[in-house]
Formats: sequence, C-alpha cells, structure tokens
Amino acid sequence: MSDSDRIESIVTPTRTEYDYTPGPSAQRSLRALAEGRLIGETCPSCNQVYYPPSGTCARCGVATEGEVEIADKGTVTTYAIVRVPSDNIDLELPYCTAHILLDGSDIPFFGLIQECVWDEVRIGMRVEAVWLPESEWGPGAENIKYFRPTGEPDVPFEQFKEHI
Amino acid sequence: MAERCAVIGVGQTHHTAKRIDVSQAGLLREAATRALEDAGCSWADIDAVVIGKAPDMFEGVMMPELFLAEALGCVGKPMFRVHTAGSVGGTTAIVASQLVKGGIHGRVLTVAYEKQSESNAMWALSIKIPFRQAIVAGAGGYFAPLVRGYMNRSKAPEDVGIRVALKDRLNALKNPYAHLKFPDIDFEQVASSPMLWDPIRYLETCPSSDGACAMVIADESIAERADKQPAWVQATAMRSEPTQFAGRDSVNPQASRDAAAELWQKAGIQSPRDEIDCGEIYVPFSWFEPMWMESLGFAPEGEGWRMTYDGATALDGDLPVNMSGGVLSSNPIGASGMLRFAEAANQVRGQAGEHQVRGAKRALGHAYGGGSQFFSMWVVGNEPL
Amino acid sequence: MRDVAIASFAQTKYVRNQIHETEVDMLIPITREAIERSGIPKPEIGFTCHGSSDYMAGQSFAFVGAVDALGAFPPIAESHVEMDGAWALYEAWVKIQCGEVDSALVFGFGRASMGKLRETMNLQLDPYTMGPLGLDAISMAALQARALLDAGKISEEQMAEIAVRNRRVAKDNPVAQVTGDFEVAKLLAEPYIVSPLRKHDCPPISDGVSAVVLAAGDAIGRGDSKPVFIRGIDHRIDSHQLGSRDLTVSPSTKLAGEKAGVHAGPVEFAELHAPFSHQEPILCEALGLEEGVLINPSGGALAANPMMTAGLTRIGEAASHIAAGRAGRGIAHATSGPCLQQNLVCVLEGE
Repeated sequence: MSDSDRIESIVTPTRTEYDYTPGPSAQRSLRALAEGRLIGETCPSCNQVYYPPSGTCARCGVATEGEVEIADKGTVTTYAIVRVPSDNIDLELPYCTAHILLDGSDIPFFGLIQECVWDEVRIGMRVEAVWLPESEWGPGAENIKYFRPTGEPDVPFEQFKEHI
Repeated sequence: MAERCAVIGVGQTHHTAKRIDVSQAGLLREAATRALEDAGCSWADIDAVVIGKAPDMFEGVMMPELFLAEALGCVGKPMFRVHTAGSVGGTTAIVASQLVKGGIHGRVLTVAYEKQSESNAMWALSIKIPFRQAIVAGAGGYFAPLVRGYMNRSKAPEDVGIRVALKDRLNALKNPYAHLKFPDIDFEQVASSPMLWDPIRYLETCPSSDGACAMVIADESIAERADKQPAWVQATAMRSEPTQFAGRDSVNPQASRDAAAELWQKAGIQSPRDEIDCGEIYVPFSWFEPMWMESLGFAPEGEGWRMTYDGATALDGDLPVNMSGGVLSSNPIGASGMLRFAEAANQVRGQAGEHQVRGAKRALGHAYGGGSQFFSMWVVGNEPL
Repeated sequence: MRDVAIASFAQTKYVRNQIHETEVDMLIPITREAIERSGIPKPEIGFTCHGSSDYMAGQSFAFVGAVDALGAFPPIAESHVEMDGAWALYEAWVKIQCGEVDSALVFGFGRASMGKLRETMNLQLDPYTMGPLGLDAISMAALQARALLDAGKISEEQMAEIAVRNRRVAKDNPVAQVTGDFEVAKLLAEPYIVSPLRKHDCPPISDGVSAVVLAAGDAIGRGDSKPVFIRGIDHRIDSHQLGSRDLTVSPSTKLAGEKAGVHAGPVEFAELHAPFSHQEPILCEALGLEEGVLINPSGGALAANPMMTAGLTRIGEAASHIAAGRAGRGIAHATSGPCLQQNLVCVLEGE
C-alpha cells in the first residue's frame, strides 16, 4: 500500500441535543435579572451569601435559601488579561476577566472588565456593572455587558484576602 | 489485607500534538506493551486493567474503555475506568495499586491516555451551557487569576515563572518522549514569548498532546522476583473539595494541604524537603511550581518561589522537580497525572535515563485537577516501607 | 477479605423527566438520607465514590458538580468512575479491603432525559468501525433479541411475560416509574419499535439518583436496618464487537458469578440489571439460576432504568430485600456497554 492510499482519519459528524435544567434557585435569580436585580441566596448553615446562586452551598452541602439583594458594584479580587482567542468567546482581544466580589455577596464570580486601560486593572479596584438597555433585558447573565472602574478608592487586600 | 505493592514496569508513548499514525487502541498498546516489556511479563500475566482518562468528549467516544477492552487484553478480565479530571492519571494509578494492596489481584496493568486530536478539546471544554455566561477562556483563563493571586500574596519576583519554564524546558531536552523541545531555549525566549492569559506567557504554558502512559503494579512476591528494581508504593493520598464556595482558598487549597499532610504521615516523613529526593509534580502553568512547593510543605508559605530562584528544584538541586520536563513539556491530559507517578517510579528504579537524579531513593508523584480541587499523590521508594 | 456490609440505601423516585431539580438538588437529600440511615456520622465516612457520565449530562467534567452536594469541606477522600455506580461501589469495597477506611458513601446519578438516549448510546461504540454505522441503543438490543429468537431460546410471548411480571411486582415499589397490570396478549398486539422489540420490551427513560453506604469493622451495625454483607463481588468484560460475540450468552456474567461465589450457598433471589426483557433469561442462564429463584423483587430495570446508577440500585434493592427479612441470601447484578458487554455480580447475605 503506498502512502497516498493510507487512511489516517475518518470524520464522523455527530449531533446530540440536550435540555438543561437550571433548578429552582437559578430560575429565581434569572427571573430577577430580567428585572434588573441581582438576587443571591444564603446558606442556612454557614450564613454565607452566594451570587449567582446555584442552589447549594458547596462548603456545607446544603440548599441555600432566601433572597438577598446584591449590589451591581464590587471589588476585583484577582484578574487576568486574555490575549488569546477562544472558540466559545466572541470578544475583541485583549480583554480582562476578573474575580469580582459584589457588595453583599461572600463569593467572587467571573466577570468581564471593560472601559479601562489594561495596565490600570489591579487587585482591590472598585467596579460597577454596565447593563444592556432595559428593552434588551432577558433572564440571563448577559444583561450585564461588563464591569467598569468606579473611580472609588481601592479596597485594601486584607479586607478580602479570604475571597480570591 | 494491606499487601505490599510495587511498580515493576513503566511505559509511555512519544507525546505529540497529533498521533495520526495510531488509533486510540494503538496508542494505548504502545504504552502498555512497553510497560509489560519493562516488567518482563506478558498480557496473559495481567489479572486486571485499570484505565483512566479525562473527559470523553476529548475523543468523542462515550466510555471508550468498552471498545478498547480487546486491544488491552481485557476480555474475560476485570476492566475498570476512572475519571477524576486532571488528577485522573494519578488516581487511576492509586486505584490500580489498591487492587493489589487489598489482596484482590497479583498483577495489574494500569493505563491512562488522551487523544485529543480525534475530537476537539477546545470545543469539549467550551460547550455553551444555557444560563451561564461564557467568558472563561479555557484552562489558562481559569488559572491565570489564581497565579496572579499567588504573585500578589507572595510578592515573588516577576521572573519566577520564566525560570520554572526554562528549567522544565531544559529538562525536556533529556527526555526522549517529551512533546515540546526547544533546543536553543533560554531565559530571553521565555520572557519575550507572548502573554496569552496575562500573567501567563506562551512558553510558560503546557501544550495539548496525544499520548499514553502505562504501569504494571504487582504484589510483593512478584515484585521481589522482578529483574529490575521495583518502585515500592510507600504511601498514597487523595483529597477533593468543591470548585467554589464562600471563603475557599483556591490559590493554596485545603484539599492539597490535607492530602500532603496525610501522604507524609503515611510515609513516615517528618521533613519532606530533607526526606524526598525528587518530585514530579503537576505544573501546567509555570507558576504552579512555587505554589505547590508551599502547599506540599517543601517550603514555608510565601517562600516557595525561593526554591526555584535558588536552583533547588533544578536537576542538580537539592530537591529536583519535574525532571522529565513535566506537564509544561508533554500534556496528554488524562495521562499527565500518571506520567508524574511513573516518572517518580522510574527515578527510584534508576530507570530515568538522562534525567535520572543520582541516588534517588524516595520520590513524590503528584497530580491535581478540576479547579485546583482534586488531588492525588504517592510516595515511591527503592525499598518497601 | 474483610467483611463489608451495606449499611443503608436511599434513592429518589424515578421519573421520565426531572425538570424541576438539578443533579445536585437531587443528590443532597439522597446522600444525606443514606448517611443518616447508616448511623455513621458524616465526618467519619472514610471514602466517597460515584459513577456518572459526561455524555449523559451533555458537558465535560459533569461529575465535578456532584461534589457540591457532599459538603466536602473539610476536604474528603473521593473518587469517580465513568461507569455505573455499581463499579463505584466496587472501588469503595477495594478501598475498604486495603484497610485504609471502614466506611464509604457510594452513589450514582443520571438524567437520561437531557439528551436523546437512543442516539447518545451510539457514541459508546467503536468510533472507527461501529459508531459510523449509526446503530442506536434499541437496534443493538434488537439484534440480540433476534439472535435469541432464532436460536429458539425465547419467544416473543415469553419476553412479554417478563415485562408483565416485572411491572406487576413494581406496583409494590414506591419509587418505580412504570408499573401496573398488563396482559401479554394485548402487549403482543402492539407494533414493534425495532423488530423484534416492542415498547414493553424496552426500559423507560429515567432520571434519578441512588446511594449506598458501606461499612466494615466497628462501623457495622450502627444504622436503622440490619447490615447485609457482601460475600463476593467480581466484574468481567466481553468483547465490544457485536459480530465477534455470541449474543445469546453472557460469558462475562458467568465468569463474574463464579468468581463472586454465587453458588457457594443457596440463591433465593436475584436483582438483575436487564434493561431489555430478553436479557433476563441470558443472565439467569449465565448465573445458573434455576426456576423458582425470585427474579427482580423491585421490578428491575424494566420498571425504572436510571442510567449510571441502575446497577447500583440493583445492589441497594437486593440489600433492602434481605435487610427486611424477606430473604437470607441473594445476588445483585449490574451491566454496562452494548448487549450486556460488561457485568458485575455481587453476592449478598444477611447476618
């Protein structure tokens, strides 16, 4: 068999579809987002507040409860500047992803930072949400386009070092 | 109960971006056949096979061990499949060792692999899940903020990551199986390579590889008759914690510290820095070397970077780390953990070739996975404990 | 070998489509119930292992989320198999044999409703020679049923009788999904889905989770039910290539049964993981079960078939049957892969 006859690979296209279930906590949070509100939940065991709520405090392994209003402002606890493209992300390079500890929440979440010079992003920086126009709101995290610096003084590392 | 067990054979493939010359079965057999040869035994001598790999979507086959059963000589035998994310190669080796330690089998073949070129790992990792915003750019995008968290905490010099990468890439030049080899690599090349996920540079990042690793693990009576020096499994430890919870230390996770503490205690080790001769640890991005040095107890908190800086972790240092070139040089994800465990075994067997640490008697194999949340480790030695 | 007991068993009710809860929502109460009923305080549970499948959940690393249900802080010794939860139980049993731990939490979960199960199972086939042919799960089972019919080892009427019996006894199982009194003649008048299989020959698509706590040494006998001991456990695999197998027999089940010591004592009943009606007699033959042995007191996989934990559920149901005093010794079986490729047999006995 000559080299040109060799079969090195075959392509078998497959397609599978899945229906995802957000669960009751995420549903409540998504519905609140459609109204422009951030709703977190509290762990009845350790009293920590989770946003976005998955329905569980993974530390305690118990269902979270209640509704806690979370601010759309927070503190950058750590960050990265992404300079490489990714299949699933449609953003102009570079862009900044950060762990943001929202005021009222006890756990940082991954958020996008824009409207600033990359060299000026820093740990402890205060940021606020920039929302889509209200007419475009739906039940999804995409309602918040990104976060931008507020210009408030930085928060000292000591105050959030347990939350990075 | 609690039989002694040892690694008596090790094999691996050449790791590269696309092994289009072999099927998945061919890839596994390449590693397994080498391990069997090294152990001086045949397929018929194997009592059971334990296979490990990371997500099935990386190859596009659900539970591929089922179709690999024949290629791995498993028909009529027990075949077991482990999946614990990036730590899987290590966990798989531990499960295999326990089949011997528990007195169930005398000789077990364990194999771990990834053949990402057959599907699309980037796709597999970035399936758009409804209700969730997609902004985390793969593993680098996930781990870069943790690296920055460490840099901020430790106030380490900015070039520590560059030095780790340079060391591992130089070590890889001595490893015939390594995927990435840069013959002229120097500090400047690493330093000037582009930032991918700032603060992580291109040359401080692991590749995506096709590859496999295999080991034969045997009981005491078989190991004592082996032609080559066995690597005795002295202690193993595993720990998991959730990906996210309020108050989690994701830079130096409790699960990592707890696993290390249990490992040293089981191995009867008081001072790991003095009693371990070398370590092969899971460093997919260069800065994880100092991070794990601290977490594993080789250095005080905030001081791990000094070991890199002082050359302690170099091949001629007092605690060589990643003699094989590490994950930075070869990364068939499912096999990456087992490659660490296997390198530790080969070091104490005196079978590590050009990257042999002279006189290595006790070595650490380490793997982690998920969001720095799954840990598996073992200590192997040239004598049973 | 150390004596290892099944200390407790808990499971959800199985439903066609659990759209109201996530996997973690389902796992929290069930894992907690299993631990509480075992009488072993959670911090003392030495090991945790579970079985699940990424392709079932439609995402990579789907198992990682399950850790969120466990309250795994302080961190726990934990592992995961991309197999049915019955194999997770095997890993935990091995761990206990090593003398490292005296107890373990084992669970499995699957939500087959998320994807299209018939098609998803095609992805389990050899990607070079079988997958591209487009065989789906029911077609593969139909090939096996046809082979049995052609060999004269079963009739379509007998297949219907098996389905009728399993679903009739399932009326007493509060978590079963498909239950009731059916008539063989009426079932046989129904059309084929994939000849020779009719709807009643196939398992339901089920969402659910189940959990077991294993105990050894001092951890035995602290729960709210009598401990049931694992007297033997073994698993074996056959070739994957359907064309190279005699589909009318299950050599791996036979071998696993022998190694597990099925006939070291009287077999009073068996919980068999036979998702398709025709697979029950194949397993009975392989395990040497004589007529009169009670098969599937729970209703088996024809009454509820939660993928990735239906095998573990058989072990749990068998243990419950013994713990309730309905039998002294029985066996449980789990299967994986197309046409009963891989099989696990567990021999259980009361005190």
